[in-house]
Amino acid sequence: MTVTTIQPEALQVERPPIENRIAKIALIGNPNSGKSSLFNQLTGLNQKVGNFPGVTVDKKTGISQINPGFKAEIIDLPGTYSLYPKSLDERVIIDLLYDRQSPHYPDLVIVTADASNLKRNLLLFTQLADMHIPAVLALNMVDVAESEGIRIDVPALQRELGVPVIPMNARKGIGIAALKIVISQQLEAGKVSFFCIPEELQPVVMAIKARFGLKNDYLALHYAHQYKNLRFLKEQDVAWLDELLQKRDFKSNTLQANETIARYTRINELLLDVVRVEKAKQEEKFSNRLDQVLTHKVFGYLIFFGLLFLIFQAIFAWASYPMDLIDEGITRLNGLIQENFSGPLVNLLTEGVIAGLGGVLVFVPQIAILFAFIAILEETGYMARITFMMDKIMRKFGLNGKSVVPLMSGVACAVPAVMSARTIENWKDRMITIFVTPLMSCSARIPVYTVLIALVVPEKYYLGIFNLQGLVLMGLYLLGFLAAIFSALLLKILLKARERSYFIMEFPVYKMPRWKNVGITIVEKSKAFVFEAGKVIVAISIILWVLASYGPGNSFERAEQKALQETREKGLTEEQAAGKVAAYQLESSYAGIIGRSMEPVIKPLGYDWKIGIALLTSFAAREVFVGTMSTIYSIGEAENVSTIKNKLMAERDANGAPFFTPARSFSLMVFYLFAMQCVSTLAIVRRETKSWTWPLAQLLYMSGLAYVMAFLTYHLFS
Amino acid sequence: MQTKLEEQSGRKSVRDLEIGERGVICCLQDPEMGLKLLEMGCIPGTEVKLNSRAPLGDPITIIVNDYTLSLRLDEAETILLKS
Repeated sequence: MTVTTIQPEALQVERPPIENRIAKIALIGNPNSGKSSLFNQLTGLNQKVGNFPGVTVDKKTGISQINPGFKAEIIDLPGTYSLYPKSLDERVIIDLLYDRQSPHYPDLVIVTADASNLKRNLLLFTQLADMHIPAVLALNMVDVAESEGIRIDVPALQRELGVPVIPMNARKGIGIAALKIVISQQLEAGKVSFFCIPEELQPVVMAIKARFGLKNDYLALHYAHQYKNLRFLKEQDVAWLDELLQKRDFKSNTLQANETIARYTRINELLLDVVRVEKAKQEEKFSNRLDQVLTHKVFGYLIFFGLLFLIFQAIFAWASYPMDLIDEGITRLNGLIQENFSGPLVNLLTEGVIAGLGGVLVFVPQIAILFAFIAILEETGYMARITFMMDKIMRKFGLNGKSVVPLMSGVACAVPAVMSARTIENWKDRMITIFVTPLMSCSARIPVYTVLIALVVPEKYYLGIFNLQGLVLMGLYLLGFLAAIFSALLLKILLKARERSYFIMEFPVYKMPRWKNVGITIVEKSKAFVFEAGKVIVAISIILWVLASYGPGNSFERAEQKALQETREKGLTEEQAAGKVAAYQLESSYAGIIGRSMEPVIKPLGYDWKIGIALLTSFAAREVFVGTMSTIYSIGEAENVSTIKNKLMAERDANGAPFFTPARSFSLMVFYLFAMQCVSTLAIVRRETKSWTWPLAQLLYMSGLAYVMAFLTYHLFS
Repeated sequence: MQTKLEEQSGRKSVRDLEIGERGVICCLQDPEMGLKLLEMGCIPGTEVKLNSRAPLGDPITIIVNDYTLSLRLDEAETILLKS
C-alpha cells in the first residue's frame, strides 16, 4: 500500500512545502508510556528494523500515511526518562537530536506521556521543548487516568506547554486521527521556556554557541554536559571543550541535579491548575493484591516455575507439529524437484540451498511461540515481577533477574533464547546472558544424547522408579546448567562494565496484554531471524554441503566403483549397495578429508575420523549428527534409534573390541554438551550483539571447554 | 548534596523503612545514582512509602509520586530520609 523506500537525498533539501516530501518524525517518551503502541498504530506492519551504529538497540523506522498527500517516516527512539542518557542505548537519542547534520534529524518529535504519571513524563518534554525542536505531546491513556480519578484540563495544559496536546489511547487507536491532523500542519517550535540557565553558566554557553554556530542556549549547555558522548564531535573540539570546562570549573553532576530539581519545581507549578486527582487509584490496589500472591515467598516461585514449564513445554512440544510440517514440506519440495530435474545445480539447489533454508524456517515456530509468551509477560507487567523475584539469586552469578527467561528457553533452543535477552537493558548483564545461554542443553542435543545413552547406559531401575538412562540424561542437563552459571560467574569477573548498572525501574501495574502488539512482536522477531540469521545459516549450509558432496579429482567415481565392486563380491541388496556408495563417497569427500586430517587432534578424546566428519557436519545443526553417523556407517534410510544403536554397537576397533565404549560415548556426549556447534546460534548472537567478537569468543570458549572436558571424561572412564 | 556525607552512617535511609512505613526524602547520597533517582521523581521533599520486598528481601518496591518503583537495597540505601 505504501512505499517503503525513501531517497535520503530528497530529505536534505531546504524545507520545501511539507506536502511534497517525506517528513521525519521521531517518537520519544518514557518507558511504558505507550510509545510502541503509538508506533504500531502509526506504521502498522510497515516497519523496518535497522541498526544504530555501536549499540544493541534496533533502529525501528516505519512509513506512515499522515494524509493522502503526505507521508512521514517515523523513527522509534529507545524509551528514556531524560535527555541525559544513563545507558549506551539511550545515547542514540542525543546522537540524533543534537546533530543537525544527521540524516535522521527530525522535523518534529512526538513526545508520548502517560496521563496518569504526567509529572514525571513531562520532565523529558520540557527538556525537548527547551531545545526548540517542534514537538507535539501525545497524552496517552487519558481514559485510563480518568477512570482512576485523574482529570487533566487539556486546553490548560496546551496553554502552559505552548505546543499541541493530543489526548489519546494509543492501544485502542483513539486520538490517532487527531494526531495525524496536527502533524500535517507545518509546526513551529513552542515559545515557552521551562528552565532558566543559571547566570554563571552564560560564559560557557556563549563560548560553545560561538564555536559550534549553535542558536540554542540549552543545546549548548548539553554540549558541555555530554561532549564525551557525542559521536559527531571532532577530536580537537572535544579537547577544546575539555579545556574550557576545566577552566570554568563546570561541575556536571551537581548542575544536572539542580536542573532536574528546578524542572520538577516548574512542572509541579504548572500542573497545579491542570491536573485534579479526585480519588485514589484503584488499579494500584488491585495490582498490590495480585502481587501478594504472584510475588509470594512460596506461591510466587511455584507460579513462576509453573509458567516456565508451560513455556518450555510449548517450545518443546507444541512447536514440534509445525516444525515437522516444515521439515516434511521441504523434503517433499526437494523430492519433487529431484524427480523432475537432474544435474549438479539441482543438487546444489535442493540439498544445499533449500535444505539450508529449511534449517532456517524450522526455527520459526519456536521463535514465534517463545515471543508470544515473552510479549504477553512484558505487556501484562509480569516480566517486572520475574526480575523482582529472581534478581538476588541471579546477581550472584553476574546475571540479572531477567536472565531467567533466556536461560530457561535455552533448554528448548538457543536461537529464540538469545533473542529474548533483548529485554535486559544493562549491556554487561545482557552480554553475559547471551554468552552462556547456548551452554544450556537445547533440544537439538537430545537425539545425540539418546542414541549414545541407549548405546552405553544399561536400562536399569533404582527404587523401582528411577531409570538409570533417565538419570544420566538429567545429569547432562544439570551439567549444562552448571556450566552456564559458572561461565557467567567467570565473565562477571573478566568483563568490564561499560556503564553503571542500575536496577531502579518503574514497577508497572498489571494490565491486559495488547494483542496487536503481541502479534507485531511475533512477526518482527520471526522476520528478523529469517532475514538476518538466515543469510549466514544458508551460506554455511551450502559450504558444508559442497564439502560433503565433492571430493578432489575423480575420488567420487573411485569410491562408487569400490562400493559397487564390494556389492558384487558380497552379493548385497540394492539398498545396501546405495548405502555403501554414500558411505564411501562421504569418506572421500572434502569433509572426509578434513575429518581424516582432524584425527590427530581428536584422537586424545577417543574419536576417529568418522566421528570427525560427524563433528564437522554437526556445525550446521547438532541433530545432523545422527544423520551423518547413519550415512558413515551406511545404515541407509531406516534412521531409527534402535538400528543406529545396533550398527554402532557392532562397530569394532583394531583389536576387535567394541568401538563405542562407555568412555568414548560419554566423551562424545560431553563434547556435544559443551561445544558451540550451531551456526544458527552464532548467526543470531552476531545479530543481537552487532559484532563478530561475541560469536567468535563463544565458539572458541565453548569448543575449548568441550575439548578439555571430553578429554577428561575419556580418560576418567577408560 | 554531599555535605551530609560524614554523618551518613547514622542517617535513616529508604532501606531502613518497614513495609507500609512512610518517610520524606532529604537528600541523595550517590551523585551519579542520584541523577537517575531524581529523574525518576525521587526529589528531596517528596514522600516515599516502602511498598513491598521481594521474597528474598532484595529488591524492594517503593511508592513515590503515586507510582511504584523497584530498586535494589544498595540503591535504596542512597536515598536518605528526613528525621
